Amino acid sequence: MDAIILQILNGLDKGSAYALIALGLTLIFGTLGVVNFAHGALFVIGAFCAVTLNRIFSVSFETIDPTKVDFLGNPATIKTTYLEHWFGVGPAAWMTDWSVPLAILLAIPVMLLVGVIMERGLIKHFYKRPHADQILVTFGLAIVLQEIIKFFYGANPIQTAPPDVFIGTMDLGVWLGFEANAIAYPYWRMVYFLFSTVIIGGVFAFLQFTTFGMVVRAGMADRETVGLLGIDIDKRFTITFAIAATVAGLAGVMYTPITPPTYDIGVELLVLSFVVVVVGGMGSLPGAVLAGFLLGIVESFASMNEVKNILPGIDQIIVYLMAIIVILVRPRGLMGRKGVMED
Amino acid sequence: MLGLEKKDFTLLLIVAVMVVLAPFVLNPFPEGTAMAQMFNAGYPDLMQRFAIFGILVIGFNILFGLTGYLSFGHAAFLGAGSYAAVWMFKLLGYDIIPAILLSIAVSGLFSLAVGYVSLRRSGIYFSILTLALAQMMFNMAYSVLGNPSSSYNLTNGETGLQVYNSDPQVLLSTTDPNFPHLFGLSMRSETHLLIGNWDFTLNAGYYLSGLFLLLAFYVSIRIFRSPFGLMLRAVKSNQQRLNYTGLNTRPYTLMAFVISGMYAGLAGGLLACMDPLAGAERMHWTASGEIVIMSILGGIGTLIGPILGAGFNEYFKNILSKINDSVLHEWLAFLPDGFEDVMVTLIHPFVGKGWHLTLGLLFMMVIIFLPGGLVEGGQRIGKLFHRKKANTPSDETPTE
Repeated sequence: MDAIILQILNGLDKGSAYALIALGLTLIFGTLGVVNFAHGALFVIGAFCAVTLNRIFSVSFETIDPTKVDFLGNPATIKTTYLEHWFGVGPAAWMTDWSVPLAILLAIPVMLLVGVIMERGLIKHFYKRPHADQILVTFGLAIVLQEIIKFFYGANPIQTAPPDVFIGTMDLGVWLGFEANAIAYPYWRMVYFLFSTVIIGGVFAFLQFTTFGMVVRAGMADRETVGLLGIDIDKRFTITFAIAATVAGLAGVMYTPITPPTYDIGVELLVLSFVVVVVGGMGSLPGAVLAGFLLGIVESFASMNEVKNILPGIDQIIVYLMAIIVILVRPRGLMGRKGVMED
Repeated sequence: MLGLEKKDFTLLLIVAVMVVLAPFVLNPFPEGTAMAQMFNAGYPDLMQRFAIFGILVIGFNILFGLTGYLSFGHAAFLGAGSYAAVWMFKLLGYDIIPAILLSIAVSGLFSLAVGYVSLRRSGIYFSILTLALAQMMFNMAYSVLGNPSSSYNLTNGETGLQVYNSDPQVLLSTTDPNFPHLFGLSMRSETHLLIGNWDFTLNAGYYLSGLFLLLAFYVSIRIFRSPFGLMLRAVKSNQQRLNYTGLNTRPYTLMAFVISGMYAGLAGGLLACMDPLAGAERMHWTASGEIVIMSILGGIGTLIGPILGAGFNEYFKNILSKINDSVLHEWLAFLPDGFEDVMVTLIHPFVGKGWHLTLGLLFMMVIIFLPGGLVEGGQRIGKLFHRKKANTPSDETPTE
């Protein structure tokens, strides 16, 4: 029993990342009808927002300490970060410690801007072009974005620590009445899961309960009619694209303590997110979230040693196998709507 | 001639001449000069890549160019072909005939399986499905089937599959060269032709690849001009209408998929023949993306485009990665000092290790402004000069 709970928990954090990226992909696909191959790159940009903030916090200047000399007799210098200079030592230490959550504040405007520029500057011109062209141009963009990040940050993974409070593991088993250490789960993964639930809930609430969201949903169902009613649907879709980019970026920000980001981390995640979207059903937002968590959990069950002993290597391919089975059995995916991508 | 129309035959002849003369044409600068080191492409390794990737992209073009189905998983078939060829080297010996035959067969089988599943959907779904299936094959090659300690180690994982002395190689005779060979002619054997300061290398492996390239090109022309090719074009222009007339298009698309998979297998087998090792990174989906890039650069749906695209991509990849800061300084030495440094700093991200960025940008530019690739570019330039001539529809008009 405890093993099962542990695997479900393990699947949740990966599932959260899949669900967040797939949610953004579906949002873009549902509104603009474009498959965004650059979505993985958006995740990476988000992750590197966290890295950047960490670096900004450690920018320092040197002052000469008149009271001390070093062993050569020169006056010693002290390095002070600007952060300490402006906010004092205590708050500065706190801010450095909490740099990853604080990076959310940096990532939101950055990602919104990136999203708007991408949609207005590039993708807008591809609505009338064939789907293949849309895929190809976003694929090219993904390469370019990745290489730009690689140029600035290098190719090695960059460690970014979560706040000290969340380092270590929580002993969930005790709470649920199991023995101690039966279910140990890192705090940060729990944070990530809760964070993603909040984001997913936020996106759904935004679409469901605001006028803006209502218009977007109406546009997803019938773009032309909404346009005929005198609503500037293009503008709303641009903002939707920016929101989707932000969701991917925030998923990246919070993911940095789990896996140190490299410039190409998005490439792998993107393929899995596509599989998630296909399994969930193209164009279905609840389907994307459901399939994200489902595949995350299935993957974590497949990587149990008991399973691997019977079917070696199943953990590497289970996600793709699921996708094949779903496509063969339910071609529209778990919650796909009729009429989406049927041609 | 050869069952081709006159125009197509001329095209084939041009390609044949290109293949034969490539070692000379690609070596325009005398040996030992700085220009030769930078721009000469007439060495066997690179020319083999031109020919082999040409084959690969010609095959890809039969699928994407004719039917419009964009596969993002073709590198997996290339990898499967390479593995099959290296296994033949390991089991039978270094004769390349069984290796190439098996690599085509294996890739054909794989593409049949992948095509059967993914051709159930079209458009974006198809692209994503091929992507997922190819990535699954990559994962299996990389980890599951590549674990050296397990009893089913087919791919040797991260190290890559290669031939060891302890391998059976049952057909190996003592007179054979210790390298892939055709009837005793090693793929590595080469003749140097010294003319003046020029050093031209005529390499057996290259000419074999070139021969296969010609064969592949010929078959592709025949497919383009056949009723089968016409059917594939019909699928591209309006599949729904074909379905409404009561025609089942799937056998045709599946056939096209398998043919292009076999082309990829042939290319993979040839890669293994030129250098008998195979690694999983050949199968990664970004490698598939590169195949797509090559075909778009050249011009999709045209006959000559794939060869141009593959050559262009490989050549510029090669040159761009060779340019470093000191070369840039040398080139820009005519500029005033401060300005020179600024220019070098500006260009620096795009060359050397950053060649990926340049090719990515170039690829985007081509997609945005020149969807027909190099061929369309050539046609536009041609039109500028021959505006007064009656515009006869050219041979390379993209199939729309």
